[in-house]
Amino acid sequence: MIETKLGEFEEVILLLVGILGEGAYAFKIAEEFKNQTGRTVSIGATHSTLDRLETKGFLKSAMGDSTAERGGRRKRIFTITALGKRVLKESRDFKVSLWQQYPALSSNLQIG
Amino acid sequence: MKASSDKPPKLATRLLSRFLRSDLAEEVRGDLEEKFYADLKYKSALKAKLNYWYQVLNYLRPFAIRKSKASHINNYDMFQSYFKVGWRNLLRNKGYSVINIGGLAIGITVTILIGLWVYDELMFDRSHESYDRLAQVMQHQTFNNVKGTERSIPRPLEFALRTTYSNDFKYLSMASWTGENLLSVGETSISKSGNYFQVDFPEMISLEMIKGTRQGLKDPTSILLSESTAKALFGFEEPMNQPIRIGNRLDVKVTGVYKDLPNASSFSGLDFMASWELYANSQEWIKTSTENWGNNSFQLYALLAPNADMKSVSEKIKMIKYNSSEDERRQKPEIFLHPMTDWHLRSAWKEGEQVGGRIQTVWLFGIIGVFVLILACINFMNMSTARSEKRAKEVGIRMTIGSVKAQLINQFLSESFLVVVLAFVVAMGLMILCLPLFNDLADKTIAVQWSNPFFWVISFSFIVFTSLFAGSYPAFYLSSFHPVTVLKGAFKAGRFASLPRKVLVVIQFTVSLTLIIGTIIVYLQIQFTKSRPTGYSREGLIMMYMKSTEFYDKLEVLRTELMKSGAVEEVSASSGPVTAIWSNNGGFNWSGKDPALQAEFATVRVTPEFGRTVNWQIKEGRDLSREFSTDSTAIILNEAAVKFMGIKNPIGMEIVWDNTKLHVVGVIKNMVMESPYAPVKQTIYTVDYANMNWINIKLNPNKSTSESIATIESVFKRNISSAPFEYTFVDEEFGDKFEAEERVGKLASVFAVLAILISCLGLFGLASFVAEQRTKEIGIRKVLGASVVQLWRMLSKDFVVLVVISCTLAIPLSLYYMQIWLSNYEYRTTITWHVFVLSGIGALFITLLTVSYQAVKAALMNPVNSLKSE
Repeated sequence: MIETKLGEFEEVILLLVGILGEGAYAFKIAEEFKNQTGRTVSIGATHSTLDRLETKGFLKSAMGDSTAERGGRRKRIFTITALGKRVLKESRDFKVSLWQQYPALSSNLQIG
Repeated sequence: MKASSDKPPKLATRLLSRFLRSDLAEEVRGDLEEKFYADLKYKSALKAKLNYWYQVLNYLRPFAIRKSKASHINNYDMFQSYFKVGWRNLLRNKGYSVINIGGLAIGITVTILIGLWVYDELMFDRSHESYDRLAQVMQHQTFNNVKGTERSIPRPLEFALRTTYSNDFKYLSMASWTGENLLSVGETSISKSGNYFQVDFPEMISLEMIKGTRQGLKDPTSILLSESTAKALFGFEEPMNQPIRIGNRLDVKVTGVYKDLPNASSFSGLDFMASWELYANSQEWIKTSTENWGNNSFQLYALLAPNADMKSVSEKIKMIKYNSSEDERRQKPEIFLHPMTDWHLRSAWKEGEQVGGRIQTVWLFGIIGVFVLILACINFMNMSTARSEKRAKEVGIRMTIGSVKAQLINQFLSESFLVVVLAFVVAMGLMILCLPLFNDLADKTIAVQWSNPFFWVISFSFIVFTSLFAGSYPAFYLSSFHPVTVLKGAFKAGRFASLPRKVLVVIQFTVSLTLIIGTIIVYLQIQFTKSRPTGYSREGLIMMYMKSTEFYDKLEVLRTELMKSGAVEEVSASSGPVTAIWSNNGGFNWSGKDPALQAEFATVRVTPEFGRTVNWQIKEGRDLSREFSTDSTAIILNEAAVKFMGIKNPIGMEIVWDNTKLHVVGVIKNMVMESPYAPVKQTIYTVDYANMNWINIKLNPNKSTSESIATIESVFKRNISSAPFEYTFVDEEFGDKFEAEERVGKLASVFAVLAILISCLGLFGLASFVAEQRTKEIGIRKVLGASVVQLWRMLSKDFVVLVVISCTLAIPLSLYYMQIWLSNYEYRTTITWHVFVLSGIGALFITLLTVSYQAVKAALMNPVNSLKSE
């Protein structure tokens, strides 16, 4: 059994950080989460998860530049670490392997 | 859009900055603001704001919240540490701890005991359901310009209230006077105290019936017995419907048994209740009193109607007697209601006004209790502050390693809490030990209210209050030290640092001394009254109440047989007891009488031997005698009567009493029959042989008392077989008159001794501390040649000065209050300077004794030992 150490919400947030790249900070990630999933999430909840992922070593962060609509305050930009990438990949591989063992569905499965 | 509406809500931002970790502040506030402005673009300002609030509240997450300086768990650890340090401190200074905890425990015990006593007093009579609606109908009457108050009322009052004011009263019940009566079942007779009531009375006092109903007095020939009386008469047999004979003349039948009335009830000790109708028809003089407004011989109880108000009803019935009887108008009778709520605590009257009563004693003890507790707290405060210099270094170090003031305050408060809780536990033990003694002393049956939640609430708040009160001063004082000066070793409490301590000692001793002086004066007053010349001899004098009519016919036989037996010196009978006045009468007239004078006298009917039995002192004229046939109309006056009548030569004078001509044969010195504190009332002694109530017997002084009593008993048994032989010694009965004062005196003296003990404990602790602190100084002084006496004087002087100051405060204070107290008594001692001088010297002596032990110990110490360290 592979230990993913990654919950569903955490996995999505981690992926979103990867998608957003340079623009990955709490507010934007929460917005993107809403756009992608249709579910709303508070910035606080997102931030809390980001903080947890950083403690686990899947993310790292640094203060970025500031903009006017933020009242001149800087934002904290999150980036995926190598560990984070590997965990994401392992998680995907694990699920794929599960899918492949599921005969009714595995034939229709397209893996890019 | 207004300028203010396109900005994030200020309150939410402020809230955020209050709880948010400061390192997150920038990014989070940035994010939220960005979100807000993004929302504004396609949402209303209100929605954007609401969303901002939502976002802020969503940051209330563990990761984002700032860690408070001392978190909850941390606090718990600190308190644990405080208690541990406190405990170690207690163990290290065993002497101080014992003084502290012991003193406080004594204080708490006294306060709790007094508290229980006060509670008991205030709860008196509350077991009756209609406690607040029950009243006794009483009256004020004015005789010779003195307005007196009495419980006795005339019979027509009942009928008037029943007819005219029936709407104001739910129930009314007439009553006689509670007294000993003989109850006989077959051959057995016992004497029990009881009274006669009307049918509604059991309902009025919500009598708890065991058998039968509260309507048991409906039939005039019925009787209700208390549980214990029923048991004494019938044992385990069924009491209901059994015949009983009261006083050998009234035949009744048991119709109910009630639970014994509680001690804390005005009706406590009422062993039986019989029907008023039976009583009213049993004697001629009562039958004829139905229309007589002047015969104030009965009692009347009333239960108010549910909508009636005590005060307004009382006001309504005020003039009822005045308006009903022209003859009585001279006395200006005012009828009023005395509510049950006041019976026990507020029953003293002066000039028709309520002037307190027992409530004063309750207040007195309440105040003493609070004072004793304050004394104990002062000890605690003094010891802690005195020792603070020793602990100054500890405080300094705590401060330097980061204790803030609040923590130090907490530390000292938790230490004081620890001491108070320990003292409370000790006090509980002490209280359980002392309660029987205290009950004995106070004549109570107080139990600790373990199951009463109120008791625990009070105890708990008591602990909290005392620890705060006793611990506050040291806590705030110690925590205000400056760490640098303390640690440099230069810490020296300023010249005035010990001033509060001295003030507290002065307060302690002032209170204790005032209590001591007060107690001494109470005792002096009792002694003074006891040694008052009473005008007769109580030695070997016994009296017996004639509980059955059988006595009446046998009186002469008894007398001759007793005299023959040699066991007695004299035997006589009287209408009232030697130690009380049972009847007062008006209707006297004599030549030269001032028409304005209301001739009211105390009257005692006696057989001619009465004077020789009690050994009264003839001042003028002669004693009564059977030798003179004219003596059936002879009377004896007392000095007070001669003075009251304003006559020069009383002997041979003729006095008319309701158409009967009487002549004065002698005047006696005043005989103190009633209260020994009050002046003797003008009294007339008349001769009579019938209808006596008391037999008085003077024992033969040449024979032993027990032998004589045995002889007398055999004579009584031979002649009157049915009645039990019951007698009282007059000197005992007389001594009972001092009971209330002696009880107060005893209790007060116990408290005063405890107060001075607590104060001395504190002084002892302080003295030992001072001696310890000045060890080096004493060593140097000794090296330089100071003698032990000089050192002792130096160390004791400070305390002696304090006690002298206390004396000068306590003396005027106690003089003032004791003069007020003494003014309650008409026959009273005068306060002399001896009392003050003796108490002052006593206090000084005790102080010196306490302080000297420590002072001499310090002065005798070898200077080498005290100087070699450092």
